[in-house]
Amino acid sequence: MAWEHGGWQGASMFASALNGQRYVFDDLKTLLARATPARSGDELAGVAAASQAERVAARWALADVPLSAFLNEAVVPYEDDEVTRLILDTHDASAFAPAAALTVGGFRDWLLSEAATAETLAALGPGLTPEMAAAVSKLMRNQDLIAVAARRRVRTRFRTTIGLPGRLSVRLQPNHPTDDPSGVAASILDGLMFGCGDAVIGINPAGDSLAGAIALLRLVDDVRRRYAIPTQSCVLAHLTTSIAAVERGAPVDLVFQSIAGTQGANQGFGVDLALLAEGRDAALSLRRGGEQVCYFETGQGSALSAGAHHGVDQQTLEARAYGVARAFDPFLVNSVVGFIGPEYLYDGKQIVRAGLEDHFCGKLLGLPMGVDVCHTNHAEADQDDMDTLLTLLAVAGVNFVMGVPGADDVMLNYQSTSFHDALYVRGVLGLRPAPEFEAWLASMGMIDAAGALAAPPRGAPLLDYSP
Amino acid sequence: MSDPLARLRLMTSARVALGRSGAGLPTAPLLAFQRDHALARDAVHAPFDPADIAAALKPWPVVTAASQAPDRSAYLRRPDLGRRLDAESASRLAPGDWDLAIVIGDGLSAPAVHAHAAPVASRLIERLADWRVAPVVVAHLARVALGDEIGARLGARMVVVLIGERPGLSAADSLGAYLTSGPAPGRRDSERNCVSNIRPPHGLGYEAAADTLAWLIRAAGRLRLTGVGLKDERLDQARPLKPPPSAPNIGVGGE
Repeated sequence: MAWEHGGWQGASMFASALNGQRYVFDDLKTLLARATPARSGDELAGVAAASQAERVAARWALADVPLSAFLNEAVVPYEDDEVTRLILDTHDASAFAPAAALTVGGFRDWLLSEAATAETLAALGPGLTPEMAAAVSKLMRNQDLIAVAARRRVRTRFRTTIGLPGRLSVRLQPNHPTDDPSGVAASILDGLMFGCGDAVIGINPAGDSLAGAIALLRLVDDVRRRYAIPTQSCVLAHLTTSIAAVERGAPVDLVFQSIAGTQGANQGFGVDLALLAEGRDAALSLRRGGEQVCYFETGQGSALSAGAHHGVDQQTLEARAYGVARAFDPFLVNSVVGFIGPEYLYDGKQIVRAGLEDHFCGKLLGLPMGVDVCHTNHAEADQDDMDTLLTLLAVAGVNFVMGVPGADDVMLNYQSTSFHDALYVRGVLGLRPAPEFEAWLASMGMIDAAGALAAPPRGAPLLDYSP
Repeated sequence: MSDPLARLRLMTSARVALGRSGAGLPTAPLLAFQRDHALARDAVHAPFDPADIAAALKPWPVVTAASQAPDRSAYLRRPDLGRRLDAESASRLAPGDWDLAIVIGDGLSAPAVHAHAAPVASRLIERLADWRVAPVVVAHLARVALGDEIGARLGARMVVVLIGERPGLSAADSLGAYLTSGPAPGRRDSERNCVSNIRPPHGLGYEAAADTLAWLIRAAGRLRLTGVGLKDERLDQARPLKPPPSAPNIGVGGE
């Protein structure tokens, strides 16, 4: 095993021997890519290991790399990329101090040890870069990703408190192919009666007009106020649309944006860091619920899809998207893990692995992670795979998952988790909704004293609603 | 008392008011979901029959072609291969003086193409009787952008690609039509216009689809461009290609 370090922005070379064969990795990004568990997106990008042996050889070499190397060698050049500059310029050296002498392999051992408590993990977060989190995740089995994440609770607050121990929240996703108000309302009511909606009632609009977004915002706000529901709403329009909606006086609780781990990929989404700051300020100006007003979505493969991956593997770039998110103190961050399709995550095994990696890396970096456990019809995945990932994430302490009627999003045409799935996983693991929302469910007679869903006609007042 | 939730079912096509067996789905909606997923999955993997389409287009001349994807599994993993012509196909496409090339590709749903592509193509050819339309190219394991290379090799000034859209649970046989002016490898999706959900009787019908396409093709011919610069003022069924604002990255139909 050899590790030679060439200094700031300089060239490093990494090598290891496995079964008599010597493997050389030209730089840190190549080493990270070759060490990554197999996935179709890295093969498509041409950065994946060529053999299982090369993959494990890369992990041996990666285990010996000091964490401090990630402060000295950027995987995307500092000069070219504002995300790299954000990560390195805001790095908290004093928070990093306890881990500064560790290698990536030593860091894994520390994360699994009794020394890694909720408190020490929280304190270390600002000292970690996304690349460090990605690197250590590549040495971890699924159970490691679950065990460490389960210790790291990240609590955020708007009208409800998300991320408390023993709680699992749900984004109610009442999408409709034409944004029809009655259709959206029907899905909202159905979800509320299953105890879903405590993370957010979040609608993906079918159209992209400002007027349409404002109409949906007013609809959800009307339902929320009429029944005094302690939750928050979001219309997942482009950030510029949300900013314009704020300017028109629309009831914007949370501003939404898809983000990625490179400047170029963010440009593909039509945003940069300055615009994200502007969007956050716009929502804060309304003083509607709290200081945490951002909802971000991410997903492995988005940078490659935008032609802006710089030869970096998709999981490392996904962690860098979390580096973007944490600069804006978000209320919710959601990895839409299976949405992108089989050219990035081929099958259920790859989707499950990626979901656990994303949740772990996000939590380690201090983010309120949720996961859209989902798949498309051209991926080699089905509801059994979704059940597996949902259950694993709930054990790992995921802050929230999606609630889509019957798991079938009739607007975005993909399969996510359902209201029933939320009921299942809360029941089997004894998890409860956010406390404010739980109290509301009880006040409406929708759950009994033990927290179980009441028998029909629970929530009868809701059924009188019409938009 | 009748089901108080029944009203919800009338308000949306989403799967609301399904009832529950404990925390789980009752058996009937469970199996209904599996049925719809199975139809979509089978559509993704269904074999493509170019000869069937050529027969339906007779007497219009047809040339068959294939992408560089070696099989369906590789096609799904490697969209880049589905966008490139294999060498043997490329050698069979002779350059000519064409206003329009029509490409019929399997995309993500061969059943959609078997059902709808020939009826749309023949109606479109009828409407463009004054245009020089190249022999129809029927392409196997094709992505939308394969039409760029086919159009360029044929020397066509415009290409329309009729291709199977990614199956959803509510529709496994939806055809999309993608129009690109000045076809050449490297065209961006923002340079195309799309007419989607061609699927009578539930979606867009053949006559309406052909009308919209012919209108767009003539407008694009005058403007010498497609994409965001070309808007269909009559309908919003033909829109510039753009992923939904909230999607991290949606595989746009056929892509």
